[in-house]
Amino acid sequence: MLAAQVLVNAAVLGCLYACIAIGFSLVWGVLNVINLIHGSLIVLGAYLAWGLYQWTGILPWYVLVLTAPLFFGIGYLLQRLLLNRVITAPVLVTLTLTFGLDLILNNAMIYFFKADYRKLTLVPSLGSLSIGGVVVPVDRVIATAFALVLTGLLYLLLRRSRVGRAVVAVRLDRDAAVLMGVDVKSIYAIAFGLGAALAGCAGVLMALIFPISPLTSSAYLGKAFVVCVLGGLGSVSGALAGGVALALVEGIGAVVVGPSYATTLSFLLLIAFLIVRPQGLLGRKGFE
Amino acid sequence: MIRPSIVLVALLAVIALLPLAGDAYALRLGTIACMYGIFALSWNIVGGFLGYPSFATAAFFGFGAYTTGVLMTLGASLPLALLATLVASLVGASVLGAVLLRLRGHYFAIASLSLVEVLREVVNNATDLTGGGMGLNIPLASNASILGDAIFYFYAMWIALALTAAMVVAVSASKLGFGLACIRQNETAANMVGLNTTLYKSIAFGLSACFVGVAGGIYAVWVHYIDPSDVFDILYSVKPIVMSLMGGLGSPVGVVCGALVYLGLEEVVWRNYIQIHSGLLGLLVVLLLLFLPHGLVSLRGRLFRRGTGHA
Repeated sequence: MLAAQVLVNAAVLGCLYACIAIGFSLVWGVLNVINLIHGSLIVLGAYLAWGLYQWTGILPWYVLVLTAPLFFGIGYLLQRLLLNRVITAPVLVTLTLTFGLDLILNNAMIYFFKADYRKLTLVPSLGSLSIGGVVVPVDRVIATAFALVLTGLLYLLLRRSRVGRAVVAVRLDRDAAVLMGVDVKSIYAIAFGLGAALAGCAGVLMALIFPISPLTSSAYLGKAFVVCVLGGLGSVSGALAGGVALALVEGIGAVVVGPSYATTLSFLLLIAFLIVRPQGLLGRKGFE
Repeated sequence: MIRPSIVLVALLAVIALLPLAGDAYALRLGTIACMYGIFALSWNIVGGFLGYPSFATAAFFGFGAYTTGVLMTLGASLPLALLATLVASLVGASVLGAVLLRLRGHYFAIASLSLVEVLREVVNNATDLTGGGMGLNIPLASNASILGDAIFYFYAMWIALALTAAMVVAVSASKLGFGLACIRQNETAANMVGLNTTLYKSIAFGLSACFVGVAGGIYAVWVHYIDPSDVFDILYSVKPIVMSLMGGLGSPVGVVCGALVYLGLEEVVWRNYIQIHSGLLGLLVVLLLLFLPHGLVSLRGRLFRRGTGHA
């Protein structure tokens, strides 16, 4: 029974992890930038959901409609105005720049929202499902479903739309994309905007499940990174595989060595993967 | 290399004269200046000479603080504890470097970043030895007066800084420094011509760790109380990068100047805007990268011929 519960937990958590990681993976794959502000954007999204529910009673999943364009705009402008200036610079520069931006956003959130942990508690509570002894809270199921929907939408966007194909083209071969008449600067901004939008939406979903505090942003960032490495960079299916793999390892690890070693465990896994299988579980070049 | 070394020695001598100013505040500031100097010089070995974006400084610092702290509570004397910390940091980081430095670019950056989190978690969990989240009280090393104490820790940190500077100058003048520059410029080619890149990188990582560890040890004894979230603060990893970017990557004199300028800025910000200090630090980083990517040195033309250092 314990095994079944661990598996179900891992599946649910894994989809959420994938949702956290997918925007990060997109930006990394297309722009070759490690976006350290990703974690703080997730937390900002969570605060948006929390605030709107507190003041107006709007349920978090409706907030997604507002979050996506808002965060897309934020990301688009960040890329256009700041990151674009250093996009060709060495790794250290782009990395440190996003770190600086993250410090600003995180400090602003601590300043305005305080560092207290808050929880979005739905009234009335949605309760939980119990199927054959395996218990899953309904709010988690809903969050997971929306995480899958978001992931699917991104997949469709990248596969079917003109802009999406251009994003994939830039990821595959930047120079060839330029020769085909793709405006790389605007594709970069769109990809970064999409990454930010996904971060914001992931944050809204996280608000349903986890406590909210600016201090949690680095944990989200760490998860996103591990998922990208495990699953392979730059593919939707890879992010899903990586998410479930991480959740599974964490779930089993929590049973075997205790939950307080979660970070150490995922770090060891990360190092092992980077050395043994650097392309990840489903690694391919190309965002498909 | 001769002229920058003279400048470096002069700079260190000026710092050493600080106790003449007398009061405990100047000494506290001086001690932190030496600590930041150690951070910047040490980071510069991996970040500047070798060109790997390392975020591991906080890991070394916390490791050193806890090694010294635990040894002192077990009854070791301060010099012995610091020596043990030096050796442990050197060996530990060299071994770790051989693994971590196989990763390049973003991967290495994030791996070194998560090293900090991992060590913090390990220290948090090893409650028997380290006190876990409750922190660790470190026995007083001397019974001198407040001012005497301040002078003692200032000179302890200053000596560590002088040793770091000597080590960095020695490295940059040696075959090791040349090898590191080769790896920075083209690692594959360096490997092809027979350079043992793994060995070089692992030594560089060890050297960049050992004095940061000692600085952590001195810091722990100086403040008498450490806890995981204090000494494994990720900002300790970021500060040396900012200092080096301010001073100019790859130049030992530049990064020490960067450390001093940074300390001055930080002191002003801390004193006046405590609630938003990390945001202002972020703003500083962003402005620096966008408008002054080659550091303050570039303001004065090319006064110092910097190493072509760029990570």
